[in-house]
Amino acid sequence: MSEIPGTKIEELHEKLRKEAGNSGYYLNPDKEFTLDLVKSLLINEERFGYPACPCRLASGKREEDLDIICPCDYRDRDVTGYGACYCALYVSKQTSKGEIPVKAIPESRPGKQERLKMAQEQNKQTKETPFPSKLPLPVYRCKVCGYLCARPEPPDICPICKVTKDRFERFI
Amino acid sequence: MKINSVKGVKKAEIMLYTLSTCIWCKKTKQLLNDLGVEYNYIDVDTLTAEDKEKLTVEIEKWNAAVSFPTMVINNKEAILGYQPDDIREKLKI
Repeated sequence: MSEIPGTKIEELHEKLRKEAGNSGYYLNPDKEFTLDLVKSLLINEERFGYPACPCRLASGKREEDLDIICPCDYRDRDVTGYGACYCALYVSKQTSKGEIPVKAIPESRPGKQERLKMAQEQNKQTKETPFPSKLPLPVYRCKVCGYLCARPEPPDICPICKVTKDRFERFI
Repeated sequence: MKINSVKGVKKAEIMLYTLSTCIWCKKTKQLLNDLGVEYNYIDVDTLTAEDKEKLTVEIEKWNAAVSFPTMVINNKEAILGYQPDDIREKLKI
C-alpha cells in the first residue's frame, strides 16, 4: 500500500470540514485525531474504491458495504444519541464546542445476518407497494441524512450530505 | 495468518482483534504499549478473504456485532471497544 501524501489528507480534511459546515454537521475539532481518520478514509478509498468507515470491517464488495461508506447510515443517530459517530469523525455541535468529551461508542450497525434479513424485508415491502400510488411522483429518502425528494429518480448526489444515488431508498 | 506479538510484562493472555485503519484500535494498542504489557494482535482487515471469514466466526463468539477492537483476555472474557478503565481493571494495573 502506497503512503498517502500529507497534502492529500489536508485537502480532503478541508473539503469535508467545509461540506459539513455548509449542511449543519461538525467535524471532530481534534485535528490530529481527525486527520488520522481522513488518512484512513483515503487508504480505504485506495484499497476498496470507496471510503469505507475506518473503524469497521469492510467486505470489499460495495453492495455489502454501502451502509458503512462514510458518511455512514448510522452517523446521524449516533451523533444525536452519543454526541459523535462511531469513528468520531463527525460530532454534535455540543461536542464540537468541547462541552461533551469524545468517547468510543457502541456499534449501531446490525450484525450481518440481521442486515440481510432487513434488506430482504425492505425489498419485499417495496415490491408489494409498487408505484404509482395516489401521489404524482415517488418519494425517495437519503438513508444517511434523511433528505426527502419527490421526483422520478433519486439525485446522483444528495444535495445535503453529498452521498451517491445508491444510498437512497423508496420512501413512499 | 499473521499474529503480531508485542513483548512486555505478562499480565494475562491477551488476544486483540483490530483493524489497521481504526483509530480506537490504535488507541487500545497505544494504551497496552504504555502499560508495558505483553499482547498479541491481528489486524483483521489486512488478511485474505478466507482468513477474514474464519476470524469473523471466532470474534463473533465474543462479540456478536464483530466490532473492533475486541480484546479477549485469558480466553475467558472480552472487552469490546476502547475501554481504558475496563482494561486497567481487568489487567489489575
